[in-house]
Amino acid sequence: MDPRPAVVARRLARVGRIVAVTGGKGGIGKSSIAVGLALGLARDGARVGLLDLDLWGPSDHVILGVRRPGLREDGGLVPDLVAGVVFMSIVSIVGERAALLRGDDITNAILELLAVTIWGELDVLVVDMPPGFGDTLLDAVRYLPRAEYVVVATPSELTLETTRRTLELLARLQVPIVGLVENLRRDRDASVAGRLSAAGAVRALGTIHYDDDYEPSLGDPVRLAGTRFMAEAGAVARRVRDTPAEPVAERP
Amino acid sequence: MHEWALAEAVVARAGEVARERGIVAVREVVIGLGELQGVDRDALELGLSVVRADDPRLAGTAFAFETDPARLACRPCGHTWTLRESLAALPEEDREAIHLLPEVVHMYVTCPACSSPDFTVVGGRGVSLVAVNE
Repeated sequence: MDPRPAVVARRLARVGRIVAVTGGKGGIGKSSIAVGLALGLARDGARVGLLDLDLWGPSDHVILGVRRPGLREDGGLVPDLVAGVVFMSIVSIVGERAALLRGDDITNAILELLAVTIWGELDVLVVDMPPGFGDTLLDAVRYLPRAEYVVVATPSELTLETTRRTLELLARLQVPIVGLVENLRRDRDASVAGRLSAAGAVRALGTIHYDDDYEPSLGDPVRLAGTRFMAEAGAVARRVRDTPAEPVAERP
Repeated sequence: MHEWALAEAVVARAGEVARERGIVAVREVVIGLGELQGVDRDALELGLSVVRADDPRLAGTAFAFETDPARLACRPCGHTWTLRESLAALPEEDREAIHLLPEVVHMYVTCPACSSPDFTVVGGRGVSLVAVNE
């Protein structure tokens, strides 16, 4: 018998909300939005945790500017505070080595992290999910039953179809959806939420425009704080904070 | 020490099993120690001695331990092997990473027959609950 699932709920007992940032495609900015939400919420005074569950391609630490986030062993693994956020990543354990993990390994690794990470008291734990609908999403649904989902999309026609699928799948999994964040929008782009609304309502949490200042600010949270990206991510964070997830039963 | 967190998991799960089976006083809990994770038995025992107070069913419980060798099976070539020697030969930092998150073994170990890192941990991964005895 695996004893770890029995202790996961206890580890998260003092965490107010769990907000998982997801989206079907890679490269649409899930990590940027997850970090932006975490920094925005923390800047507004919330106690925030950030868990990078993209075990194959972790990148939150790159945005936050830490090569190897620290942790200490004290009744479990206690992650360090990075830029005001309690931050846990597989990079804390393996550094820059590439992860070679199959599905069962992913499940085991996620369960281990959830069973031994000591988050303490948090208002919000932001979880950065990997792209797609694979093991990590199913593990999150299974082991983080309180998680509410923020779906990231871009205006590209290439992501629109996948975004529809993502919303449909989350509804089928009967998990609460906070809403949709439109990322990487340029002025000429039509609204994602508008184009999606024809297929069924999803709450628009806000738009984050393509920002030339974002890339040069990677790794420098202080500089990042002054960007248009962070201003818009902060607005989305406040919207998330003030928005309860749509109850499962009320979704179409 | 992060063994404490694992001790809490063992006590929580053993308590669940006792509740499911209607056991009021658990006589013995048998714990498997997978060699891959390299859990410090003394640290785990220390944790158990304290966190057992979380569940009155475990007040008089004896904790027994079984060592579970890390058994690996290579997917491409089918070779199976136990990790004991090669694990001990790894640098301390690498063993520590595997101790914290056993799945990262794929980043430090390859099949001795074909050098592939694509193997399965078929046994001896980490801490398991072998038996809860009345």
